[in-house]
Amino acid sequence: MQAPVPSHDGSGRPDGAAVVELRGVSVIYGRQMALREVSAAFPPGAVGLLGPNGAGKSTMLKALLGFVVPSQGEMRVLGLDVATSALDIRARLGYMPESDAHIPGMSAVAFVAYCGQLAGLPPADAMQRAHEVLYYVGLGEARYRNVETYSTGMKQRIKLAQALVHDPDLLFLDEPTNGMDPKGRDEMLELIRDLAHNKGVNLIVSSHLLPDIEFTCDHVIVMDKGAVATQGALDAVRGPQGRVFELRVKDGAERMLELLTAAGYEVHDSQEDVMRVFVPGEAGAEPIFRLAAANGLQVRHLKQSVPTLEDAFARAVGAE
Amino acid sequence: MPIHDQGYQRYVGDRARTGAAWQVIARAGIRTVLAERRFLALLLLAWAPFLVRAVQVYVAANYSQASFLQPKGETFREFLETQAVFVFFITIYVGAGLIASDRRANALQLYLAKPLSRWEYVAGKMAVLLTLLVSVTFLPAMMLLVVQIGFAGSFTFIANNIYLLPAITLYSLLQVLLASSTMLALSSLSKSSRFVGVMYAGLIFFTGALFQAVRGITGQSWLAWLSPTDALEQLGDAIFRLPLRYDLPLWAAVGVVVGLIVASGVVLERRVRAVEVVS
Repeated sequence: MQAPVPSHDGSGRPDGAAVVELRGVSVIYGRQMALREVSAAFPPGAVGLLGPNGAGKSTMLKALLGFVVPSQGEMRVLGLDVATSALDIRARLGYMPESDAHIPGMSAVAFVAYCGQLAGLPPADAMQRAHEVLYYVGLGEARYRNVETYSTGMKQRIKLAQALVHDPDLLFLDEPTNGMDPKGRDEMLELIRDLAHNKGVNLIVSSHLLPDIEFTCDHVIVMDKGAVATQGALDAVRGPQGRVFELRVKDGAERMLELLTAAGYEVHDSQEDVMRVFVPGEAGAEPIFRLAAANGLQVRHLKQSVPTLEDAFARAVGAE
Repeated sequence: MPIHDQGYQRYVGDRARTGAAWQVIARAGIRTVLAERRFLALLLLAWAPFLVRAVQVYVAANYSQASFLQPKGETFREFLETQAVFVFFITIYVGAGLIASDRRANALQLYLAKPLSRWEYVAGKMAVLLTLLVSVTFLPAMMLLVVQIGFAGSFTFIANNIYLLPAITLYSLLQVLLASSTMLALSSLSKSSRFVGVMYAGLIFFTGALFQAVRGITGQSWLAWLSPTDALEQLGDAIFRLPLRYDLPLWAAVGVVVGLIVASGVVLERRVRAVEVVS
């Protein structure tokens, strides 16, 4: 993975200082507590905000944008306090919302240029940037079409374009690959990765898709039920050194699962009789074979794989 | 190496200070509306009464037999009363979709993620409607004054009726402010501009009909407070120094107009948000 290009946000923050900080932030919608005393620090570069639907990822982004006011806690973005400097922060932020969103009745290039002007760019510069950014996101040929005629994938791209047009120091991308076909999804992820690693844009990618975060981000914050489950560099969050094995046994998956759990192994994700067993240290597959043999179970499939973020995620949120 | 890198470039140009984005919204809104032929036709139609009045002023100034057509202060009051019809149609045509369309397309979160406050957004949208309404009320009324001076060849009329300058300004302002704020508030309540148009028309006609019905039964014209349009007319009579048409006290007429504007502000404060929380 390429090293991130230093960002040029001009905030005067020390190098490596967190671009976003939350301290004890709680957000309540009616009787529903969407965020529970969340404390987190987003380092520069690409940070993934990972969690199942309803974990509080979008609420966190909306609180950072000043759309919802927390009932308690403090938030700082690019060194500025969200409570007192929301407009200054938004001048340096780009936001790609999760839901379909556009300004009605405009062509793509007019829409993106309009967003640039709203963010403070002079009209001529906004129009020039709109053309450039639309080419960058892959909509160059369709830039004179009305946005309302766009496909779902194109709408995702134009949401990225409007977030980028004013050259933000920090991008919030909320479920950026929602509804995209596999090819479009790969292209979107390449764009996000390029922005973070080659263009010096700090970004926060909120997603429930583990591969998206693994592909684009260097750090991850895992959320569950409105709280931070775990956070850190991707490699560190993946967990302790060891090996993960995909295991399938003949006619005894449940029994094997019980045996492994009783023996103190972490076992996740039992789907279609295939389970993922984490074996710490350098022990390898031998203990698994021994356990199966001692209990008269026949191993049909055993394949080593690297511990993934999925394993870490499951560990963090306590899922089986 | 490519001659020109078509990839993403950092921006190094100037940026406007925050607080000016409402002008961007207003300019874009006005440009969009003026690009529509149907609206241009409506605008031309709205200037037809001006032409009729201009001919009246010309004839009165040049033919002594037509001196009975000589404009008076009342002429300008009647002119603005005629324009109320066009205020109604332009308010519906332009205003109904101003916020409703943005709500339908989830555009509010895009606007409010930019460096502009909710009030700047509302100011930009209101500026669209105010500008177009002023162009069919205050502007033609003032031009009629200029035409009168031009055709008469003297400042005698304006010197004798100097109150007309503040009267036209104040009445036009109240007229367009009341229509704009009410329409924007209604537009923020729905995602359908058609429904908003129907709501606005319903509000105007229903309150007017209610007042006339109650007045017909009771014979009391002080009940004009039931209809914002009639309360505004009462204020218009006072502003143009004409006999009041209803028994409604002036403070009550002011209360109805100001109350509706304030209520619209409260609705907008509650409805114009990037996040809609359904509890």
